[in-house]
Amino acid sequence: MGQNSLLSKKNIKLLRDPLNDNNPITVQALGVCSALAITVQLKPAIVMAISVMVVLSVANVLISLMRNLIPNRIRIIVQLIVIATLVILVDEVLKAFVYDVSKELSVFVGLIITNCIIMGRLEAFGMANKPWESFLDGIGSSFGYAWILIVVAFFRELLGSGTLYGYPVLEKIGLYEIGYENNGMMILPPMALITVGIIIWIQRMKNKKLIESK
Amino acid sequence: MDINKNSFTFGFTIIMVIIVAALLSVAYIQLKPFQDRNIELEKKQNILSSVGITVDRDNAESAYLTYIKNEIVLNNKGEQVDGSAFDLDLGKEIKKDPDAQLLPLFISEVDGAIRYIIPLRGKGLWGPIWGFIALEDDVNKVYGAVFDHEKETPGLGAEINTPMFQKSFTGKTIFEGEVFTPIKVIKGGVEEDMHAVDGISGGTITSNGVSDMIYERLNMYLPYLNNMKAAIEVERVMAQIDSLVIINDSITE
Repeated sequence: MGQNSLLSKKNIKLLRDPLNDNNPITVQALGVCSALAITVQLKPAIVMAISVMVVLSVANVLISLMRNLIPNRIRIIVQLIVIATLVILVDEVLKAFVYDVSKELSVFVGLIITNCIIMGRLEAFGMANKPWESFLDGIGSSFGYAWILIVVAFFRELLGSGTLYGYPVLEKIGLYEIGYENNGMMILPPMALITVGIIIWIQRMKNKKLIESK
Repeated sequence: MDINKNSFTFGFTIIMVIIVAALLSVAYIQLKPFQDRNIELEKKQNILSSVGITVDRDNAESAYLTYIKNEIVLNNKGEQVDGSAFDLDLGKEIKKDPDAQLLPLFISEVDGAIRYIIPLRGKGLWGPIWGFIALEDDVNKVYGAVFDHEKETPGLGAEINTPMFQKSFTGKTIFEGEVFTPIKVIKGGVEEDMHAVDGISGGTITSNGVSDMIYERLNMYLPYLNNMKAAIEVERVMAQIDSLVIINDSITE
């Protein structure tokens, strides 16, 4: 593939980097707050990941389209308006057509606005790159965010509530009958932070590039 | 063109704000009917679910017509007044002076059994919580309860809308003899207690909100419930007299 094709090596890198080498949560330490708040169960984590993906990729493209028009002094405000508008639109559409999902997410849709990953990507990437690249960067970054969210939610829901996506897994395999009990700690926020910490630990063990040279 | 000139910055801002405002207004107006419809159907679903009828959103309308036989509005003396119980906004009513509040009541009939459904509304940790509690025809025993919330924490306070929590209300009672003893949400040791259910770990404030809401709302209906209890008592005594009369008659014959 040539340098200019839609999925050139450089573009693939945009998609792949945030998954590991440049992960928004574990490497850039952005969006940690929402990673703590909505990872008690898998379902809200997944819907949140999808919503962030929509907002981030569309906002990145819009900012990229306007990048030569946005006055430098008000660029942050402009980014914020674009994000807020998209989030409100997503919220209204969810309420009208997928009411149950909207209820599931409740406050967290609004909190997408404050997710630092989104503004971070608009400022660092959308402002300086073409729309297609910005779109890929948005998708890549939100996937990087999504997989951490889902992994954390998986362990917190399984160990904390004994269910997965609301399905009582541990009850079905009969673990409670032999005296197993859910770990109530897992549903409290500190355990989300510790789970993220463990992911970072494992990631750094596997990926030597992330270890800072002295 | 210099995009960093003040005039350009102002122009850019104004145009952007107008576009955004127009876009959001149009989206809001266009989507509002769909959203209102969802909310109305959900309310019907919740009312039905408190008397054990689970229907999906599409069938809520017809099931509501079948099972909910009567909707009445009461004043604080327990007298029936004019008005539409379904359209009454409880969120506004509870802010009024207790004497001026209007109280909606839904009466259902499922397989011949009459049940009284009292709407609830109170405060959780982050926002309003609400629900419906259905009493059996003795206006004492709880047949079922549903709760919902706007923005309680998922996995913690938000668990009040799960069947596991709601089922624990069934069979509990709100009177101890003649004394009003509404159901409390407490931590542990509730199996023997007819007036308590088990709370949610990590959701203490929401659990307390549910307790307060049940106390506060049912308390408003006390005049009506007491009238009902008196009427039931009269009916019971009358029935006893009737049976005695029959026995008496048969003896004299």
